[in-house]
Amino acid sequence: MSKLFTKDTQAIFWNNNKTAIQRMLDYDYTIKREKPSVAAIVAPTASNKFDKFFYGADEIMIPLYKSTAEAKAAHPNAESLLNFASFRTAYDVTMEALNIGGFKSIMITAEGIPERLARGMNEEARAKGVTVIGPATVGAIAPGAFKIANIGGTIDNIINSKLHRAGSCGLVTRSGGLFNELSNIIAINADGIAEGVAIGGDRFVGSVFIDNLLRMEENPEVKYMILLGEVGGTEEYKVIEAIKSDKIKKPIIAWCIGTIAKYYDSGVQFGHAGASANAESETAEYKNRAMAQAGIHVPASFNDLPAKIKEVYESLNIAEIPEPEMNSVPKVRRSKEFICTISDDRGEECTYAGFPISSVATPDTGKGIGDVISLLWFKKQYPKWATEFIETVIKTVADHGPAVSGAHNAKVTARAGKSVVESLVTGLLTIGPRFGGAIDGAAKYFKHADDNGMDPKAFLKYMKGEGVPIPGIGHRIKSLKNPDLRVTGLMNYAAEHFPATPLLDYARTVEALTTSKKENLILNVDGTIGILMVDMWRALGYSEEEINEFIESGTLNAFFIVGRSIGFIGHVLDEKRLAMPMYRHPMDDILYDVQEAEKI
Amino acid sequence: MAQKAIREYDAKSILARHWDKYFPDFTYAYETVMVQNGTELQEAAKANAWLNEKALVAKPDMLFGKRGKNGLVLFKDAKPGDVSLAKAVSWIDEKSSSEQSVYFSFDGDTPTGEPSVDMLTHFVVEPFTPHSQEEEYYISATVVGDHDMLYMSAEGGMEVEEGWDEKVTEVAFKITDTEEEIANKIRANVPADVAEADKTAFAEFAIGFFKAYRELNFAYLEINPFVMQGNKIELLDMVAKLDDTAGFIMVEEWGDVEYPTAFGMEAKSPEVEAIEEADAKTGASLKLTLLKPEARIWTMVAGGGASVVYADTIADFAGIDDLANYGEYSGGPTTGETKFYAETLLDLMTREKDAKGRDKILIIGGAIANFTDVAKTFTGIIQAFEEYADKMKEVGIKIYVRRGGPNYEKGLKDIKEAADRLGLYIEVYGPETHVTDIVRMALEA
Repeated sequence: MSKLFTKDTQAIFWNNNKTAIQRMLDYDYTIKREKPSVAAIVAPTASNKFDKFFYGADEIMIPLYKSTAEAKAAHPNAESLLNFASFRTAYDVTMEALNIGGFKSIMITAEGIPERLARGMNEEARAKGVTVIGPATVGAIAPGAFKIANIGGTIDNIINSKLHRAGSCGLVTRSGGLFNELSNIIAINADGIAEGVAIGGDRFVGSVFIDNLLRMEENPEVKYMILLGEVGGTEEYKVIEAIKSDKIKKPIIAWCIGTIAKYYDSGVQFGHAGASANAESETAEYKNRAMAQAGIHVPASFNDLPAKIKEVYESLNIAEIPEPEMNSVPKVRRSKEFICTISDDRGEECTYAGFPISSVATPDTGKGIGDVISLLWFKKQYPKWATEFIETVIKTVADHGPAVSGAHNAKVTARAGKSVVESLVTGLLTIGPRFGGAIDGAAKYFKHADDNGMDPKAFLKYMKGEGVPIPGIGHRIKSLKNPDLRVTGLMNYAAEHFPATPLLDYARTVEALTTSKKENLILNVDGTIGILMVDMWRALGYSEEEINEFIESGTLNAFFIVGRSIGFIGHVLDEKRLAMPMYRHPMDDILYDVQEAEKI
Repeated sequence: MAQKAIREYDAKSILARHWDKYFPDFTYAYETVMVQNGTELQEAAKANAWLNEKALVAKPDMLFGKRGKNGLVLFKDAKPGDVSLAKAVSWIDEKSSSEQSVYFSFDGDTPTGEPSVDMLTHFVVEPFTPHSQEEEYYISATVVGDHDMLYMSAEGGMEVEEGWDEKVTEVAFKITDTEEEIANKIRANVPADVAEADKTAFAEFAIGFFKAYRELNFAYLEINPFVMQGNKIELLDMVAKLDDTAGFIMVEEWGDVEYPTAFGMEAKSPEVEAIEEADAKTGASLKLTLLKPEARIWTMVAGGGASVVYADTIADFAGIDDLANYGEYSGGPTTGETKFYAETLLDLMTREKDAKGRDKILIIGGAIANFTDVAKTFTGIIQAFEEYADKMKEVGIKIYVRRGGPNYEKGLKDIKEAADRLGLYIEVYGPETHVTDIVRMALEA
């Protein structure tokens, strides 16, 4: 791996740090990346599935996941993890990511992870060939390709510091604040950086100077390197060794900050936790001298560093780097209050999930209401057998006579002189767990039983434990011998057109058991619809999780609502036609049992 | 700072609390008390009968070694092992009543270098343990580079420090070594000089010791010497540092542990303590060290790295005698936090005029921030200026500002306007000026 990041690198961002993520996307937009650099966000406590961010003037949605595992499964190509967890959880998040695998780099921002944990974590990453940046860092950047979170600061500063396109310097610092400063110095005195890493301020960090410099040595864009070290530790000596053994041949400019530390005893901590000299060889002065002796370009002081950079850069005669075109991020952006992902009325003609209405409306299009539902509800073009099944369901549930509670309510309301819509919603409001809800319930429980491999006996026992009758089982009068022809119709259709009906097959084995106990405990129409919907989605290639979400969100009820609305409207219009008077329930049909209220 | 020294008493208490887990085959009486004066020791004797019954040893417990050579270990009155409670009480009262000189280095028994002078405030008192030289051992553990190191010796006390290379066996462990690998390595490396009969016991003790060092998140742990008599252990002297970043997972294990200021170091001033307190409460970072409060140059620098290069540059250009403080604010502190930090500095800075009558210099420096809103933090500094403007003018302060980052143009403009309005001398620079160049400008002015 000669480059840490490319223009295609995508990251999973752990923690929904909106400002930092927005900075990354602004950067992506500015440098004209094809895809946003953040593929997904892990936000364990978030309840929403997406969050909105700006991409230029427009907004895009980035998916949120509860765990790194889910995010990685959904975005296997996201090969960098940006771990923005706190010092309490950053270790666990990193270790989990290492176990999941598939990450090339992990950046850890938390400062103060317990040392022993940090050492174990860094070692584990090294063994697995994962580059760890941090802990206690602001990150890294490959100008023109990929930028981690806040590194480089604002877009204005990024452009001023030439961090929008690759220059020719490889930069490694410990400090994050000085990283920016160095980028600025390098932009002023040379042509910017090709890749830069702030390795982090904690005593034990993952990738150290030498790891990054060796990679940069292999990176053809890097012509020379700058190392900004600190008092404390011996990492700079590894660089000296690499130069002596010819592993590093490109010129290096280096300086260790903290020359002041020699004046004070160890009681004064200058800078980062890693910055404390335990021996003379760890002092900034000693290291600066040793580096100079090894042929590294070392300035006389930090204040002289800019001049040294200019001198070395000019001596290399590097060809001028052409300035690429950039997008400019609008200064004023307004976030959209609503999101729509199903239809769009902005063009010539309104579209349903990309299809103009005229392309699905008239009979010659060959499309029916089932197709419209598949587009507007599921944003997919379902095959004919599925759209026709949906239509069959709607037709089947359209009405069930005036006596059912929903129709009755609609009729009573209509007779009170209310409008069609008022009467209709009165009927619709009746739909719920006891009326129409068996479709949801049947899908949910039968699927749960099937998913968990319960045989019919175990399923019955389980439902007994739950304390609910099995939804979708049982009919007032129908039985195996006197079948419900609506059910027969649905089952015949499925048998002929569905690629497979595993859940229905399972439900039939349950029905065999229940009807052996009582004749009318058959699979009823609600149950059959719920179960066959699951089989339809399975055959269409939806994952079990997606199907569970359909069930949870009440999609099955929606089929019933659409269908039964037809019937309710019929009843309401019927009342209007008949001009029936206001309904009052006969008093002799009510049992009055009113006791005088007791005093308490 | 991640590694913090703790008192010998606390180190023993932590080990004692977990003794049976790490040293199930050994016993440790844990007869030790820490007192600040003789009266406290008399009080302690009511709860600890052994203080009345046994001959005692008393010594200061203030993070420094070489107490024997400094004459600060009480183990004899007329002859070794005859120190009574009354004697210990009077000795502690005597030693704690006036400043004591302590040397940190010796050439043989002759002290070298300058002594530190300070009050002795904490003493540890334990029973006198008669034992032979052969029963004394040395053991310590720490981390060097990427490895954990275990140091063991058959000789304890002064001997080991003076003959380290010949007398100490070093064993290095990788962080990934398993318990079994560790135990095997220790068993294979018991110092040759340990008596044959004691080798197994020594190894088992060392295994437990090293496990305690690792699991209890010590950064450094030394017992020099410990006495092993059969399965009975005495910890005669201990030095320990904890990795305080592990504090949040070690709440139970460490108990109520204190990180004292070392002997000879000035106690933290109330201002420094106030900043530490504020630092503990925020996600941002606020740090302050007073180096020389009467000095002329004060720094209020954003960022850990930048604060170091400013200090370096001041030392290069002016020398350290002119540098009053070291510190930093970073990580996006709020306006209020920045105001508090600035007020603390201005308060300290305006207490006295420069002894030579020069203007004082306030460096408000910083690199180009990644995410800290410069205007917001500068608003806090401006509010502090408003509070202290009169005092600042009275003392005579020249302010030099250099900063970049989010919203820096507004921040620089605001602070310039505020200083002009308040009649304060100010020069303001942005990212086009090299970060530390204001130090040169201030000193050449």
